[in-house]
Amino acid sequence: MHSWGKFVFTGMGLGLLIGITLSMAGIYRGMVDDAKVLLDNSGADLWVVQKDTLGPYAESSSLYDDIWRGIRGMPGVERAANITYLTMQVGKQDGDVRAMVTGVTPGEPGTPGWPPYLVAGRQITRSHYEAVADIASGFKLGDRIQIRRNHYTIVGLTRRMVSSNGDPMVFIPLKDAQEAQFLKDNDAIREQRRRTAENPAFNRPGVPGLLDAVIASQSTNPYVNAVLVRVEPGHAPEEIAESIRRWKRLTVYTRSQMEEILVGKLIATSARQIFMFLVILSIVSSAIVAFIIYTLTLGKIREIAVLKLIGTKNRTIVGLIMQQSIALGLIGFVVGKISATLLMAPIFPKYVLLQPLDSVMGFIAVVMICVLSSIIAIRAALRVDPAEAIGG
Amino acid sequence: MTAKGIRIQGLKKRYGSGDTAVDALKTVDMHVAPGEVVGLIGPSGSGKTTLLKCLGAVIEPTAGKMILGDDVIYDDGWKVKDLRALRRDRIGFVFQAPYLIPFLDVTDNVALLPMLAGMPNAEARKRAIGLFRALDVEHRAKAMPSQLSGGEQQRVAIARGLVNRPPVILADEPTAPLDSERALAVIRILNDMAKKFETAIIVVTHDEKIIPTFKRIYHIRDGVTYEEEGEGRGFE
Repeated sequence: MHSWGKFVFTGMGLGLLIGITLSMAGIYRGMVDDAKVLLDNSGADLWVVQKDTLGPYAESSSLYDDIWRGIRGMPGVERAANITYLTMQVGKQDGDVRAMVTGVTPGEPGTPGWPPYLVAGRQITRSHYEAVADIASGFKLGDRIQIRRNHYTIVGLTRRMVSSNGDPMVFIPLKDAQEAQFLKDNDAIREQRRRTAENPAFNRPGVPGLLDAVIASQSTNPYVNAVLVRVEPGHAPEEIAESIRRWKRLTVYTRSQMEEILVGKLIATSARQIFMFLVILSIVSSAIVAFIIYTLTLGKIREIAVLKLIGTKNRTIVGLIMQQSIALGLIGFVVGKISATLLMAPIFPKYVLLQPLDSVMGFIAVVMICVLSSIIAIRAALRVDPAEAIGG
Repeated sequence: MTAKGIRIQGLKKRYGSGDTAVDALKTVDMHVAPGEVVGLIGPSGSGKTTLLKCLGAVIEPTAGKMILGDDVIYDDGWKVKDLRALRRDRIGFVFQAPYLIPFLDVTDNVALLPMLAGMPNAEARKRAIGLFRALDVEHRAKAMPSQLSGGEQQRVAIARGLVNRPPVILADEPTAPLDSERALAVIRILNDMAKKFETAIIVVTHDEKIIPTFKRIYHIRDGVTYEEEGEGRGFE
């Protein structure tokens, strides 16, 4: 068949489009999975956050860093730990990496917020200047990284510890993280002290210690972003959450509620964007299949006329065109699946989760698109007059 | 199937009506006996193609009579309801170009017709292979059309025309793209097949290389046929 080359190359081109489509679906699945992994790895049953906010993953949340004590003392609470999150550029000698810097409470493995497992090195054991980083950051054991003005040594590496945006997490001690969130440069500190000193309300001649006290309070950060709570076995998280809401007048989310916030709100915009891309790619794929099948059909008008002349039924001709269209789709799907799995997913900067169910649905969609796209060609074929087979 | 060739009496075909009417066929009388190969020759615009389309039950004549075997298929109107089945089962076609289905192998191209007529797959393929043997292309039975030479493709196309054992085969310029040697080979095959399967074959041609091989020739001019004895060299 002289059109075989065109047919196969079109199938391969279509395959790359299908590969992108499957990868887009995989990116969405990866984002959802990242969100779930983020929640799973936090080791918490409840997230206590600033009242009437959606919590630190979705919007700004600030709590005093001593609130956890009161929560820890409530019945049914096994552990409670402060945590801070700050997405920023983390510097290294040869550049910087965007990462979610997470401040974790000193403790031992198993403390809420701590990375649950390491792939290399050890957990943080000192109160300052040690860090555990996700392997996706590109950092290695022993690397020196810079967060604000301080330097940290990487002592441990984790895997699949990323934010809902896919940024790798870097764990540092809580006090350091609080300072990193709050710390200003020297000029700004000096300016703030000058302004405070010039304020007669703080600089009263009759109250000599007041100015120093105000400046001292301005130089520390007593806030965290959330308190992670682990519930004792046998207690329902929802009951404990209700108790905290009632007595501490704070907003509390359970695991399922936090997942809903991450997936339903935080990822929703990305999901809509990905869905639009999927729709556009489907339309483009349909147009390509329709065009190539129509072109191939027009190139075979005489053969179709011969088929009709020798008594072939219309449904047989329709079947042949559909077979051709579905064959194109099959070539495209195989190429697409291979390219998505072996080429696109491994090099894409975000986690791409290719699920078998998505592949099955993608395959069904490809077959349906091919069947629908062949309609124009079928209409053209059915209009062919068998008399065209005879004569010049 | 009884094969008694094809007989055409007073066939007419008029395109359009009123002042713009054109009589493409004015009076066509023909008879081709089983086992006979006749030539149909005429200049451009003489009505050859229109006649072939009428004989092939693709367009309806305006008047006249056509008898295929024992059956009157047209007598001032079609006497057969299913023209598609008539073409499939009782009329074979061979064209200037083979027009084989490019994505079916050679055997499927030929076996497709009997299968469309309801013959079981295995039997249809067996019949196709039998024809390939007679046409000396058996060794190419599994090949795709693009893998065949022009002459081989034309022989497969002849097998397709013969496979349902029709009483008549209409061959439209079957040798036009071939050189003398291959053109004569094709006509020899058509003669052999006509005799073997008792088929009446009408060959429309301009090809002067093959005209001397016909024993009988119908000339068509301005929609009227004239019979003439050919040189009749044939292939005996």
